[in-house]
Amino acid sequence: MRKFSGWTLLKEAFGGQQGWTPQWRRVAPQAEYDAIIIGGGGHGLAAAYYLASEHGITRTAVLEKGWIGGGNTGRNTTIIRSNYLFDESAALYDHALKLWEDLSQVLNYNVMFSPRGVMMLAHTVHDVQVAKRHIHANRGNGVDNEWLSPEEAKAYCPPLNIERNIRYPVLGAALQRRGGTARHDAVAWGYARAADAIGVDIIENCEVTGLVRDASGAMEAVQTSRGLIRCRRVGVSAAGNTSVVLGLAGVRLPLESFPLQALVSEPVKPVVPCVVMSGSIHAYISQSDKGELVIGAGTDAYTSYTQRGALHVNSHTLSAVCELFPAFRRMRMLRNWGGIVDVTPDRSPIIARTPVPGLYVNCGWGTGGFKATPGAGHLLAWTMARDEPHPINAPFTIERFRDGHLIDEAAAAAVAH
Amino acid sequence: MLLIQCPYCGLRPELEFAYAGQAHVARPADPSATTPDQWTEFLYLRDNTRGIHAERWRHVRGCARFFNALRDTTTDQFLATYRAGESMPVLQQAGQKP
Repeated sequence: MRKFSGWTLLKEAFGGQQGWTPQWRRVAPQAEYDAIIIGGGGHGLAAAYYLASEHGITRTAVLEKGWIGGGNTGRNTTIIRSNYLFDESAALYDHALKLWEDLSQVLNYNVMFSPRGVMMLAHTVHDVQVAKRHIHANRGNGVDNEWLSPEEAKAYCPPLNIERNIRYPVLGAALQRRGGTARHDAVAWGYARAADAIGVDIIENCEVTGLVRDASGAMEAVQTSRGLIRCRRVGVSAAGNTSVVLGLAGVRLPLESFPLQALVSEPVKPVVPCVVMSGSIHAYISQSDKGELVIGAGTDAYTSYTQRGALHVNSHTLSAVCELFPAFRRMRMLRNWGGIVDVTPDRSPIIARTPVPGLYVNCGWGTGGFKATPGAGHLLAWTMARDEPHPINAPFTIERFRDGHLIDEAAAAAVAH
Repeated sequence: MLLIQCPYCGLRPELEFAYAGQAHVARPADPSATTPDQWTEFLYLRDNTRGIHAERWRHVRGCARFFNALRDTTTDQFLATYRAGESMPVLQQAGQKP
C-alpha cells in the first residue's frame, strides 16, 4: 500500500499523477481461509481489517455478492452519534464514536469524519421529558449531550424555524457536539485498502450460496458462486439479507427486513451547519460537503427486499422538513433511493455467536448501522478471534430474546419504526 | 404506492391499510406447557422470507378487517389476498414457488 501524505500528493502532482496504483488487489478466492466475512459493507470490511490488524488473522477473506460498499453503506445518511439511552447501548455506540475520531489517521485514508454536532428536536412536553431523560442518562455514562432552548437551537442552526405558530413548534433540543457525519464511500474504501495492505483478500461478485457444516455441526466451508472455500470461522455481516444467509445454516433470527428511504436535494451553498433530527415529526437532515441536503425518510410499513419504497413515505418527511426549514420549500430533490434494513424486535443489534459453532453474526442494526461501523467491525472481529464476546457486545446476544434481557432502544432511535 | 385488493372492499391504495406481520403464526394453545424456546419462536422469530411471503394486512381506514396476502418481497407484487380463516391459496403460475 502506498501511504498517502502531503509529500506523495506533491510528488504525483509534478509527476502527472501517473504513479498511483489500485487501492486494493483484485483476487480470486483461495481454497481455504482462517476467517471469512460474508458481506463487504463497512461493517464487514472493518471486521476483516481488525481481524488482521488486532488479532493477527491475516488469512481472511471478505466475500461480497456485488461490489463493496454498494448496499446500506452507500445508501444511508451518514449520521454518527452515541446518545442512546441504556447503559449497554451507550457503551456500544460510544465505543464506535471513539474509533471514528482518529479513523482517518489509523487507516491513512480521509473518511471525512466531521463532528459538527447532532441536534435532536423536541416538539411536545413528552419530547422534552424524554430528551432530558436521555441527556441525564448519557451524562451518567460519560456521553456528552446537552439541552438547548429554542433560541439556542436556532443560534446553533440558523435556518431552523422556531416560531410557535407551526403544528409542532420547537420547544428545545438535545445536542451531542461529538456527533456528526462521515463520507460513506470513503469508510468502505479506507477499510478495504487498509485490510488489503495487511493481507486480507477482498472478493467481489462472489455470492454465498451455501454454508457447509461437518459431522459435529460446526462450520466447515462456504459454498459460493465462485466455488467452495474451506473455512472454520465465518462471520456474517449481511444487513438486510442476514436472514437469507443464516437460513442456509438453518439458523432463525428475530429479524425483519424493511425498506428505508433517503433522498438528496440539488447542491446549494453551506446552509445547514449540523445534523438536525426530529423523531416526532419524522425528519432528519444534514448537508454534504458537496452541498446537497441529505434527508432521511422512514421505513415502509411492510417487509421487502426490493431496495425501493413508496413515494408517500418521502413526501411525509419532506412536509416535516419544509415546516422546520421554510427556506427549503422551493428546493428541488435530485435523487431518492432505498436500502434494506434488518430490524430486531427491541431495535438493538446482535453481535454474537450463533448456535452453529464457528458461525458468528453481526446484524439487527436496523435504521442506524452506519454510525457503528468501526465499533461493530471491531467487536465482531474480537468475537470471532476469541470465540467469546467482548464485554461491550456481551449483552447483544440472540438469546436475549429468549431470556428476556431486551435492550429496548425503540424510544431512543431517531426513526419511529 | 401499492394498490391492495381487500377481499371485502376491492382495490384500494396502500395508505388505507396497516401491515400486520407474518401470517399464520399461531399463539401457543397451552401457555403453561409452553417452553421459553417456543415463546421465543411465537413472539420474536420470523421467516423474513426473500420471495413469496404470507402476511397479514388490516384495511384499517376502510372496513377495518384483517385479511391475509401473498406478496413477493423481491418485487412487492401482490399475488393473492384472502380472508382471515381461509387457507393459503395455491399459486398456479409457472415459476412461482408456494
